[in-house]
Amino acid sequence: MRVSKRASGALAVGAAFALVASGCSSGNNDGGDTGASKDGAIVIDGTQPENPLVPSNTTETGGGKIIDWVWSGLVEYPNNGGAPQNLLAESIDTSDSKVFKIKIKQNTKFHDGTTVKAESFVKAWNWAAYGPNGAQNASFFSDIQGFGDVYTEDPDGPDGPKKAPEPKAKEMSGLKVVDDWNFEVTLSAPTAVFPTKLGYSAFMPLPDAFFATTPAEFGKKPIGNGPVKLVAWQDDVEIKLTRFDDYSLRDKMKIKDVTVKIYQDDTAAYNDLLANNLDFQQQVPVSSLAGDKWKTDLGERAIQTTVPSTGIIAFPIYDKRFTNPKLRKAISLSIDRQAVTDKIFFGNRKPADSWANPLTPGAEPGNCTACKFDVAQAKQLLQEAGGFQGKLTLSYNADASHKEWMEAVAQQIKTNLGIDAVAVGVPTFAVFRANINNYKMTGMYRAGWQQDYPDVENWINPLYVTGGSSNDGKYSNPQVDALAKEASAAPSIEEAHKKFAEAVKLIDQDVPTIPIYFSGEQSGHSEKIKKLELTNVGELDITSVEL
Amino acid sequence: MGRYLLRRLLQLVPVFIGTTFLIYWLVWSVPGDPFAGKCGDRGCPPNYRAMMTEKYHLDDSIWVQYASYMKNLFQGDFGITFGGREISDIIATSYPNTLKLAVVALAIEAVIGLGAGILTGLRRNGFLDNLVLVSTLFLIALPVFVIGFVLQWVLGVKWGIINPTVSNEMRFSELIVPGFVLGSASMAYIARVARTSIAENRRADYVRTAIAKGLPMRRVVGVHLLRNSLIPVVTLLGTDLGALMGGAIVTEGIFGINGIGRQVLRSIVTKESATVVGIVVVLVVVYLVMNLLVDLLYAALDPRIRYE
Repeated sequence: MRVSKRASGALAVGAAFALVASGCSSGNNDGGDTGASKDGAIVIDGTQPENPLVPSNTTETGGGKIIDWVWSGLVEYPNNGGAPQNLLAESIDTSDSKVFKIKIKQNTKFHDGTTVKAESFVKAWNWAAYGPNGAQNASFFSDIQGFGDVYTEDPDGPDGPKKAPEPKAKEMSGLKVVDDWNFEVTLSAPTAVFPTKLGYSAFMPLPDAFFATTPAEFGKKPIGNGPVKLVAWQDDVEIKLTRFDDYSLRDKMKIKDVTVKIYQDDTAAYNDLLANNLDFQQQVPVSSLAGDKWKTDLGERAIQTTVPSTGIIAFPIYDKRFTNPKLRKAISLSIDRQAVTDKIFFGNRKPADSWANPLTPGAEPGNCTACKFDVAQAKQLLQEAGGFQGKLTLSYNADASHKEWMEAVAQQIKTNLGIDAVAVGVPTFAVFRANINNYKMTGMYRAGWQQDYPDVENWINPLYVTGGSSNDGKYSNPQVDALAKEASAAPSIEEAHKKFAEAVKLIDQDVPTIPIYFSGEQSGHSEKIKKLELTNVGELDITSVEL
Repeated sequence: MGRYLLRRLLQLVPVFIGTTFLIYWLVWSVPGDPFAGKCGDRGCPPNYRAMMTEKYHLDDSIWVQYASYMKNLFQGDFGITFGGREISDIIATSYPNTLKLAVVALAIEAVIGLGAGILTGLRRNGFLDNLVLVSTLFLIALPVFVIGFVLQWVLGVKWGIINPTVSNEMRFSELIVPGFVLGSASMAYIARVARTSIAENRRADYVRTAIAKGLPMRRVVGVHLLRNSLIPVVTLLGTDLGALMGGAIVTEGIFGINGIGRQVLRSIVTKESATVVGIVVVLVVVYLVMNLLVDLLYAALDPRIRYE
């Protein structure tokens, strides 16, 4: 999952501005900029990437979207959120979901003119998985046979005195190059969803140039194989991209130059957008959402989309008070999600009614029965569970705009169930996460999940399976584990989806977390852009832009 | 004079070490693990954390960390950020921008503030005096971000006279509005201090003497009155450069200027002590030097002040 790093201090400031400026109408200039798409250039907003741009070491949105544009993977995720399609892959064949024969399209080029070969993938994946390289996305390779030999865990955790032992091998045994255009991936266990994962940025190929230098050097001027190449990156100022003319895959650029202007404050970017100095802003500031001001400002240039990300409130099930599923369900049923999304988010987010985001392949809309608003049943369940003693805290990180909706939820629990619920802000995300990671939460807490790749598997395994990478509440149900394991190992993706649906039914009984809302995104573009599409995660699809 | 200067310069050393340690210690004691929030809701893989901890010596005690930081600093090495950027590069690109903005702000507040102060100080209780009193009160009462957002919206979006944000070239013409915003509160203070100071000295014996001697009013005000009345104003202006640079964070954010404000904010949030200290070290030097310059200026302005 990628995390947004926009300076959150701007929120309070922006709200104050809304008060001052309310009542003023839109002030667009009628710029007559209609250059031909062919040599066209646009300026879009962005944030400073935190790290040098190496695909397997990027987990935040600022760098992530540049990587998504500069690289093309084996498969791509269609903009409508549907099942992945082959892009660089000619074919991905398997008979048992364990051994995958991958054939890539011949003679596609990296931006430095070298050819993308099978070994460009194998070497890149081995580098990312090798423990001592410390890649942030290393865990994505854990399905591959031999991962345990290249990635060793620190026996007493990062704070202990011991260090992780030197890995036995440098390369995963499950990766074999057959020839320039073919390679074979053997997984340690059958995983039907593996081909779907291949579109995630961790699986991008790397040119030889990467291995001739350090990742830090390479990442300042990365060489990818996507429709645009990076021309120059000036820290905190802008990143210049231009069309890669030797690009031979389907999604070619229609315009020529793209400048990503780095903003610190989204209100500044928004004002530039209104003054036609900026051609695209992915998320307009919170201050412009009140009273639908952004729609008045932008008119037809306002774009409302849903993105595959869900706002969740989680339980620390390792705390004895939260072990009873009836109590958890009672709390979930007492929340009027529609009121929260209408009143707090002005209808820009939708009330959650299913466990996986409904845009995701394999997800069933409306399968969260615990997401209904039913005070009578909630009271009944609370009584059966023996009530709740003491104060119920709902914590959130106060450095982003979570206060309002968390307080609204706490108030509803208090009013509808009579539990002494109170929302508590933790100053920074770092402190908040540190407590969650160390299992030190003493009450419910805000969480969120944005899918890495479009499949229901990504909404179950990391969150609700014992030992899952983001199962921070330590929820554990052996039946769910067994079903999820069966589903992951199913011979086909359809079979997998069926099994996952069964697992979700059990999860729906246990209510390990409470889905609250499905995220929306509110973007805007300048008068210059005549046509554009957003990707499945709400980023600008720069290859679709026409002027 | 020479001995005074030397003494003052030597005083800078303990102040410098004290401030850097305090800052280092403060950032170090910000709760939270720098890598706990870095990878989003999933958390960073342990190997990544282990590698970063070792690379940045984060498991050493604060004394060891601070000592090695200072050692590198004296060799001209500011260190690198968690993202792998040279901190000296960050300082070299962001400082000139903030400095430019602060100097423009200082110039605006000096010219307008002083001008208004002199005019009203000489003609008290007139229409102009009341106008300046009310408008300065207004500027002092309004927070900087309100002035910033309103000017940006009205001039940049509504009327289209300026660009809402400052371009990368940082042209002087683009900095006038941000500079005005940044210097607005100080400008109001300077106008008021200058007014009071002039009004007071207007009744001083030496001014009466000068007028009685038959000196032209121009000379009485320009030489005798102004020089003596400037001392509090110069104190304000001199210390203000440092304050403007450190306080430009809001203005920089509103107008999208790549200055030190955003860097300090970012590094405090991500717990990068080295970046915070690096930037603050330079700021501390600016403060110290400006203070010294102000003290030396007193002697030039007021002949009664001598340094030994």
